[in-house]
Amino acid sequence: MNKLELISALKKEADISKSEAAKIVQIFFDSMSDALTEGERIEIRGLCSFFVKNYKSYVGRNPKTGDKVMIKPKRLPFFKCGKELRERVNQ
Amino acid sequence: MALTKNKIVESVNELGFTKKKSVDIVETLLEIIKKSLESGEDVLVSGFGKFCVKQKSTRRGRNPATGEDLLLDERNVVTFKCSGKLREGINNRK
Repeated sequence: MNKLELISALKKEADISKSEAAKIVQIFFDSMSDALTEGERIEIRGLCSFFVKNYKSYVGRNPKTGDKVMIKPKRLPFFKCGKELRERVNQ
Repeated sequence: MALTKNKIVESVNELGFTKKKSVDIVETLLEIIKKSLESGEDVLVSGFGKFCVKQKSTRRGRNPATGEDLLLDERNVVTFKCSGKLREGINNRK
C-alpha cells in the first residue's frame, strides 16, 4: 500500500473529500518527519514509536571487497513497533 | 517533548474539522495502516520510509535472566526502513 492508496482508503472510510484526505495524510507524515528532523521522539499509541539514535564514526568494511572504510558519525531513526500492532501482525 | 497522536489531531482540527471528527479521522488513518500491515501488506510512503512485515522463523533462544534455553516460535515483525530524504533531513540538522 502506498501513499495514494492510503489517501483513497482514508477518503472512503472517513467520508471526507480526496483533497482533505490528501492533506491529512501529508500532515501525518510531515509531522513525523519534522519531529525526527528536530531530534524529537514520536509516540503513536498502538502503532509505533521512533527516536533518533546517534551513531559514532567507526571503521567499517566494504562487504564486497573487504576494504576498510571510514563511516562518518550519523543519525538514524530507530523504530519500535507498538504493542497493539505487534500483536495484530502475529495473529 | 514527544510528538503524540494528540498533536496530529490538533493539526487536523486546524483544517476546520470538529475536534471529534479530527480524532475520528486520525484513528481511521492509523487503523488503515495497521490493517494493511496485519494483512501482510507493506506500507510505502515516499519521502518518509516504508513499513514492512517480515516473517521470522522458529529459533532457539535463551532467557537472558535465567540462562534457560527456550524455543522461540515463528512470528511476524514490523520493520521500518527510513527513506533517503528523511535520512538526509535528520543528518543535516545542526
